[in-house]
This record gives sequence, structure tokens and C-alpha cells, in this order.
Amino acid sequence: MSNNAINPEKGNKKFLNKLESMKIDVHACFQCGRCSSGCPVSDFFDLQVMEVVRLASYGMEDILLKSKTIWLCAACETCATRCPNDIEIVALMDVLRSLALKKGVTPAQPRIPIFHRSFLDSVKNWGRTYEVGMIAGYKLRSGDLMGDIKLGLDMFRKGRLGILPHTIKEKTEIRAIFSGKGKEYDR
Amino acid sequence: MRLSYYPGCSLQGTALDYDHSVRETCARLDIDLVEIPDWNCCGASSAHMTDHEIGLRLPIRNLVLAQEAGHDILVPCAACFQRLCAADKAVRHDPERWDIESYNPGMKIIHISSLLASDGFLERITARVRKPLGDLTLACYYGCLSLRHPRITGAVNHERPETLESIVRAIGASSVSWSHKTECCSGSLTMARPDIARKLVGDIIAAARKAGAAAMVTDCPMCQANVESRQLYNAGEDPPLPVFFATELIAAALSGDYPKKQQKVHLVRPDAMTDLFPNSPTEGTA
Repeated sequence: MSNNAINPEKGNKKFLNKLESMKIDVHACFQCGRCSSGCPVSDFFDLQVMEVVRLASYGMEDILLKSKTIWLCAACETCATRCPNDIEIVALMDVLRSLALKKGVTPAQPRIPIFHRSFLDSVKNWGRTYEVGMIAGYKLRSGDLMGDIKLGLDMFRKGRLGILPHTIKEKTEIRAIFSGKGKEYDR
Repeated sequence: MRLSYYPGCSLQGTALDYDHSVRETCARLDIDLVEIPDWNCCGASSAHMTDHEIGLRLPIRNLVLAQEAGHDILVPCAACFQRLCAADKAVRHDPERWDIESYNPGMKIIHISSLLASDGFLERITARVRKPLGDLTLACYYGCLSLRHPRITGAVNHERPETLESIVRAIGASSVSWSHKTECCSGSLTMARPDIARKLVGDIIAAARKAGAAAMVTDCPMCQANVESRQLYNAGEDPPLPVFFATELIAAALSGDYPKKQQKVHLVRPDAMTDLFPNSPTEGTA
């Protein structure tokens, strides 16, 4: 049987334990569909939100980590806000995204994690977002060199993109936050 | 009233004018802002979406810095507000987990519209208006993160908020009833998937236009930049709607001026406002 077969018997127990430890109660889902019907990005998903929650309750980690949905979710919180069972759906998506990165799963939407990395590199370097540096980093890594060039020039012309980074004094404290130490990295 | 001020990164870059209008509005309403010294980025969506630990430790550092001053924290950016609230909740729940020795439970995190729409300030705004924006019909647009998740933000009317509408009333303008005021514009995806942003922004703008709005007003810097920019370069469609910051309108109404410098930052021509201020005298911000 391939990795893509849905089979609760073969659910990933470690994954389910992690969700339980974070109080993400995917087993409470009764498939009402409010999450999926309210999701503004659902037209672009390969798995609907209610499917993500159900697959998570089956422990189907592999299928979820390979999905487009985990990257296309904008974390707008509409689903979690409307869930009648108070399931922390955005926290679930966060867990799935960080697991996919940690396990080196090829992202089904590569440009989105490249954007997040470019954003966070800028924070790591300066303590604050440096928009021009972040955009350059994103473009070089993603190969999306020409996208939004006209918009970028218009923003620049209107004084909405600063050339120089804003840096903070205690950058060592920021480096420590990014050092990879912390209780979250146990798994 | 004295508050700690957390501007956030957008207000030093793409939304620099938002910072200016927040400061001007507060000064005109006798709110004294003290910027948190050496504040850092809250991590925005990118941090919590990819790393739980970093996603909370970045905003927690700001709370620790702010509690030295002891004032409540004013936050104009919706994303920063949500991340600071999430960090505050995490620290209150388990300070030891986040290596916090002592935490001031009385310190509140306040989003700008909740402050300005509270009793006292609305009356103060109305009383100090020099130029009521009578001919302006606005769609109040909240987006996501100042409201959701209400367990984090504490928002009461998260599906049908009214703070922006009450601010709009206080400056003499009018607002429409419409369907998309808390819909997501996909700001966190806009660079990597501009096609999705164009679709979502298109739906939001169509709803605002159908309801009869001439412009939109928001209190989120990502929404402002994303909704204006993703209407551009779409040949053959209706003219784009400008998106104003609530404090931009308040500052104009209270000062009686809509400075050229403020007009110029808009990616969409702000005709709905400039028409009201035909003789805008100044070049700089007031």
C-alpha cells in the first residue's frame, strides 16, 4: 500500500501525540463544513480545511505535509473562529508547516516557504523587517525576478520602500531567539 | 493619557504615513505616545506559520521591554496586535515556559480603532473636527488580525465589528453596510501568489463598490497596501478604489488639511479625499 492511502490504522502516533500535547483536538470534528465554506482561499486548495482536520485525526501526516493547502492557508483564522467545536485549526496548520520544513518535505508551493524564509532572514539580521532586502532575497531564491517589478518601482517612487534597513541595538537577543534552542525543538 | 507605542515594521516602511497619522491623531487627542525602546519585529505571519518557538519569542521580547514603562501598549498594525496578544496569552498561561521571571498582568494591548472608538475619544474627535468629511461614503474594512481569533484578540463583535463605523460617523462621513468587511485579502500570500491576492481583492472591491462606497477605510497596513496594489494594472476594469487609514481621515478632519505628502503615497489616486480638500495648503504633514 502506498504512502498516499488513507488508513487510520496506519496513523502516525507521534504526530497525534504532538497535536494532543498542543491541545489541538482534531478528534472533536463532526465534519460540519463551516471551516471549508468560510475559507477565502479554498478555491486554490488541493485539500479542503475539513479534509485536513479529518486526515489529521487519522494521523495521515505524509499526505498533509505534501499538500498545497498547508502553504496556501493564509492563517486568517476564519475557520478556527467559526468552528463550533473550538478546534485550533490555524495552530494545526502551523504544526503541519513547521513539520514539513523540519522533515525536508518538498513543498507543493515552493515560493511560499521561500517568502517566509526571506522575511525571517531579514528579521534575524536586523531585528526588524527590511523590506527591500527581503524582496531581493525572495527574488533571488525563488527565481521570480520579474514579478511585480512595476509595482515595486511605483512603491519606491512614492516613498513607500526605504533603501536602508532599520536595525535594533540588541541584535544578539534576536540571534539567540533564532539559535534553534528552545523547548519546541524536542521532536 | 500616556501609552507605550509599538509601531511595527510596516509603519517604518510601506506604511510610514500610517505612523505619521497615528502620531498626529494621538497628539490632537491628548494621547501621549512613548515608543518602546529598541522594539523588534513581532514575526508577523511568517514566524508563527513556520516556527512556534520563534513566533512567540519575538513578540515576547517586546512585552518584556514594554512592561518596564508599565503603560498599556498601543498597536496600529493588525498583525502586530494579534502577535503581541498571542504572546501575552502564552506568557500569562505559563511564564516559566518562556523564561519570564515576573510579568505585569495589568498591562493591556490595545489596537488603535478600539481605543479611538471608545467612549470619551469619539466625543473628543467630534468636538475637535474642523472639517467634517460629509461627502465621503466609505466601506469600513477590518480584514482579519485585529479581530481573529477572538480567543487571542478579545474582540467581541468579530464577525460584525463597528469600531471603524463609529469613527467614520465621528468625523462626519458615512459608511455602507456590506458583506466583506472582515474577509481576508491574503496579505501574507501577496508576494508569492499575486494571482490569489488579485482574486480576493477583486471580490472585496466588487462588494464595496456594489454597496455604493467611493473608497475604503481600514486600520491594517497590510490590507491598505495589498488592496490598493492588487487593483492596479488590470486594464479595462472599473477605476480602482483608494484605501485610507482611519487615522489619515481623522488627522485630515481634525487639522482641516489633507497634505500633499499624504496624498502622494497612495498607489490609487485618493480623489475621494482630495476633492474634499481643494485648497490643501501644505506640503508636509501638519
